[in-house]
Amino acid sequence: MDETKYGYWFPPDVSTHGVQIDQLIDIVHWFMLILFVGWGIFFVYCLIKYRARPGHAATYLPPKAQFTKVIEVSVIVIEVLLLFWFSTPVWFAYKNHPPPEKDALVIKLVAEQFAWDFHYAGKDGKFGRTSEASMSGDNPVGMDPDDPDGKDDIVTINQLHFPVNKPVIVQISSKDVIHSFNIPVLRVKQDAVPGTRIPIWFQATKPGHFELACAQLCGLGHYRMRADVLIDTPEEYAKWAAENAPPPAEPPTSAAPENQQGAPQK
Amino acid sequence: MSASKTHGHAAHGGHDAGHGHHELPFWRKYVFSVDHKIIGLQYAVTALVFLFFGFTLMMLLRWQLAYPGQPLPVIGKLLGESAMPGGVMAPEFYNQLGAMHGTIMVFMGIVPLAVGGFGNYVVPLQIGAPDMAFPRINMASYWAFLPGGILMIASFFLPGGAAQSGWTNYPPLSEVTQTPGQTVWLFAMVLLITSSLLGSINFIVTIVQLRAKGLTFFRLPFFVHAQFVTSFLLLLAFPPLEAAAVMQIMDRLANTSFFLPAGLVVSGEQWHAAGGGSPLLWQHLFWFLAHPEVYVLILPAMGIVAEVIANNTRKPLWGYRLLVYSAIFLGFMSFVVWAHHMFMTGMGTTMSTFFQTTTMIISIPSVVILTCFIMSLYGGAIRYTVPMLFATAFLPMFAIGGLTGLPLGLTASDIYLHDTFYVIAHFHYVVAPGTIFALFAGIYYWYPKVTGKQMNQALGKVHFWLSFIFINGVFMPMFFQGMAGLSRRLYDPTIYAHGRAIQGLNVLISWSAWGLALAQLPFIWNFFASLRHVKVAENPWQSTTLEWAAPSPPPHGNFVTPPVVYRDPYQYSEPGRSTDFHPQFAREA
Repeated sequence: MDETKYGYWFPPDVSTHGVQIDQLIDIVHWFMLILFVGWGIFFVYCLIKYRARPGHAATYLPPKAQFTKVIEVSVIVIEVLLLFWFSTPVWFAYKNHPPPEKDALVIKLVAEQFAWDFHYAGKDGKFGRTSEASMSGDNPVGMDPDDPDGKDDIVTINQLHFPVNKPVIVQISSKDVIHSFNIPVLRVKQDAVPGTRIPIWFQATKPGHFELACAQLCGLGHYRMRADVLIDTPEEYAKWAAENAPPPAEPPTSAAPENQQGAPQK
Repeated sequence: MSASKTHGHAAHGGHDAGHGHHELPFWRKYVFSVDHKIIGLQYAVTALVFLFFGFTLMMLLRWQLAYPGQPLPVIGKLLGESAMPGGVMAPEFYNQLGAMHGTIMVFMGIVPLAVGGFGNYVVPLQIGAPDMAFPRINMASYWAFLPGGILMIASFFLPGGAAQSGWTNYPPLSEVTQTPGQTVWLFAMVLLITSSLLGSINFIVTIVQLRAKGLTFFRLPFFVHAQFVTSFLLLLAFPPLEAAAVMQIMDRLANTSFFLPAGLVVSGEQWHAAGGGSPLLWQHLFWFLAHPEVYVLILPAMGIVAEVIANNTRKPLWGYRLLVYSAIFLGFMSFVVWAHHMFMTGMGTTMSTFFQTTTMIISIPSVVILTCFIMSLYGGAIRYTVPMLFATAFLPMFAIGGLTGLPLGLTASDIYLHDTFYVIAHFHYVVAPGTIFALFAGIYYWYPKVTGKQMNQALGKVHFWLSFIFINGVFMPMFFQGMAGLSRRLYDPTIYAHGRAIQGLNVLISWSAWGLALAQLPFIWNFFASLRHVKVAENPWQSTTLEWAAPSPPPHGNFVTPPVVYRDPYQYSEPGRSTDFHPQFAREA
């Protein structure tokens, strides 16, 4: 993983929707800076010019200040712009227009203390049935061993593989406490709330090896709830999917071959 | 600081004059006192002790952030093998320090000092009243606060330590964490909340009913307006959290599932709960209080800053009515923004647009208030006394805190910044170099009223400059940590590449925090040593508001004769007069 790209400002943005988020943050900060410097100059001016000294008395009557009204109105106008011209459209576009599932790679995520369990549908494109009651150390996503759709599913722990330039939909859930799915370089963040299944989508623009960090305090292991995010070229992804597909299975035992907890994941 | 033996007849209410003096025994005069000044001092001193304790927790936590996994010299061994095995902080202890730092600072430090301390002591004096409307309820509120605070601190010594699920205490984490400390947190919160509820009703009735003759609403000092709005926030916002705390207690002790869905699997085992509950319910109930709570933290501070600025610019506050209306509007709006803390919970676009919009709207009264304060400097004759240094510094510090709320309140930018160090920097700027600086200003300003003595001004200036430098050293770098994407509440930020890249900032922040602690030593020394100073004049700041009409310190009953108010609160530098201040209570024109 290339660490030199991280520093004191934004990490690189490798998502399709992140540009607008970064732009919004930049614009808001310019606005904040202008306000602060403007106020600040006037503030320092007053601190110096109106300091008490012999021969200088305070003026009882208030100054007739039209410019304060101008400032207040401008602040309101700019905030309305920020809200309805920048933030809301970006938010709406991102939240209300996810890619259709048929065009996307759909991955199910079960977050737990303290790991990220990813569940891929495999070659048949169908997810095996899962249930909380079946969850265990060997079966982190609770796959039903009798469901034929689950035979070719891939389950990984702390490894999120997906191809570049293709929409990805992650269906986020949690089995125990609230976690938060957070990949800074993709500008995505979504809480994993027990009892809910929340979809989030993104599309990567560049391959690379990045990190997923839990963004909601989830217990004593919160700090080490890290996953590798591997954005593959389509060839790399196909190779990974093939290599990690479970072998064609005979009638399953409860420790089904899909659950490759101990096996090395690339 | 002792109440003098001669007390005003105003203290006796319906008693007839000419009865003998009844001296109360020590424990009724100073322990279970019903005098608002004693209660105010009890609150203030207790709160300062808790503030110091809460700060100490943070100083410990900063060691782990600056030097992850390193044993802490000397102190590490003293804290025991479960908290710091081999002198190295355990992650559970780190989480306890984080959760309790927030809880203690907000609920046991700032609010009791700003409202219970300053509010109780100053409000009756500033309105010309002999005491609060309900002195016994006042006493009860302190005696609910103190046990609540002691219970919180005691929870550190329980097996498994103190609560460790954040000051926000989100379930299911707070409920699957089986330590008794988590349960005790809830019981202590019930006591602390009850204390605030009792106090708030007292303030409201007192301000409405007990103002001196001639003291109309628009002649009240802004400090009283600020406390008035604050009391409504406390009264109306706290009950949902108290209810939620009881509900969580029941989830823990009575097998209910208000906040737990069915089917949880914790550490590989099915969690036995009836289910049917929602973790998001807690979040709504919590934030319904906790958002107005942050305005509770800032409004009294703005009130203090207003008093100190008017007094030290020697001219009336600019935009007094605007300030009053803005404070009221701010209070009202604070009830309809709470879910901006929940933008990332899976909220739909309709609800999030509503809360984004109200959040943008609420920034306006803050901008207006700040503008009024800055405009109040224009045309003044500014005296840089120690209170004025703190009150002046408040302005840019609050500006930074308030402005950095904007990218957090807009949902699209919040996607990136939520739960990062940017948030921590934002709210600390408002409450630390914001509110706490205002509280220091208030201590230096009203010390002569409470004690009759003046604090040493040279030591005060040292305290100010060192605090100002170090506090910015603590919180400014955190904005950069947030921009780099670093999450909050991480025991070891170096696990992540983006954390390793900026780890130097953690070292800078920690050393600034330890410097900030040292910078408080001149203040602590000054606070106590000044009690032995020579007595000063009755109104050493030459102020116009009513509290300066009473002796310093005021006796039981406050005023020798009930004051009458003849004019607006900040009549400084009126043309054609021989002095530059015209007190509200002075009859002469």
